[in-house]
Amino acid sequence: MKKVFTRPKTLKDVAYHYCPGCTHGIAHRLIAEVIDELGIQNTTIGMTSVGCSVFTMEYFDMDMVQASHGRAPAVATGIKRVLPDRIIFTYQGDGDLAAIGTGEFVHAAARGENITVIFINNAVYGMTGGQMAPTTLMGQVTKTTPFGRSKEVNGFPVKVCEMLTPLEGAAYLARVSVHSPKSIIQAKKVIKKSFEVQMEGLGFSLVEVLSTCPTNWGLSPLESVKWLEDNMIPYYPLGEFKKPGVLA
Amino acid sequence: MARVTFQEERCKGCQLCLPVCPKNIISMTAQINSMGYHPAGVKEQDKCTGCALCALVCPDMVIEVEREERSV
Repeated sequence: MKKVFTRPKTLKDVAYHYCPGCTHGIAHRLIAEVIDELGIQNTTIGMTSVGCSVFTMEYFDMDMVQASHGRAPAVATGIKRVLPDRIIFTYQGDGDLAAIGTGEFVHAAARGENITVIFINNAVYGMTGGQMAPTTLMGQVTKTTPFGRSKEVNGFPVKVCEMLTPLEGAAYLARVSVHSPKSIIQAKKVIKKSFEVQMEGLGFSLVEVLSTCPTNWGLSPLESVKWLEDNMIPYYPLGEFKKPGVLA
Repeated sequence: MARVTFQEERCKGCQLCLPVCPKNIISMTAQINSMGYHPAGVKEQDKCTGCALCALVCPDMVIEVEREERSV
């Protein structure tokens, strides 16, 4: 019999520290499968962020750098400019990228840095205990918005892909989700495309992955994927927002 | 002919694999693993078609799927 599904070569055979049902694990696997398929394990360098994904370097069998909070695109810029033949990606959560790291990723996109950003959006601060993130939905209850996020006090959620679309340096922008088998297959195709955009030197690419956080949402893993589908996708529509002409 | 193997010590019992199985053969087992979770498992192995949807949605890569190669 032939193995049709097994652990990708790029991931080490260790257990994740993530909570039960956390979709970080799926996002890790998709990136590792893409790296395997493109055969770039030895030439890829990853940047990890601060948040639950801080231990990402423990799981990928390749060079990884732990950047300061939100600074992964800045570190990635430096490494890519010194080693332009390497494939550079950052793996950042919404607290890291969309809050403290707003300056870094917006300017990396504006400069058209030839790097790939994988942005995990789970609408909450995970590691620090479930506080409101910039991407928290209107009315969503978190530790710091016990009565739900309100526009008077907290303002509106940030739509990262839409925000970057007008920037000329941003070559490839897409939003995917990992809540169902179909969306996971789609997400892998998009992540692969974002790496290919970088390999062809077309410029900045960002993939936003809608993800669940059962622990801080206060839901079971199965309820979480339903909640993502019912609440997050209507506000954060899936799709490719921008792609280079050669891919169109 | 297909075979699905669960690495029970890695399973965190999140149950995401349960509803995606088209044959409904995955269930949570009664045993408890060293992390304290009831791992998922398959009772009627012969009904498995090797579609690998369970492995696709598993965040912890607990599931490995093998399938007889189709003769062309």
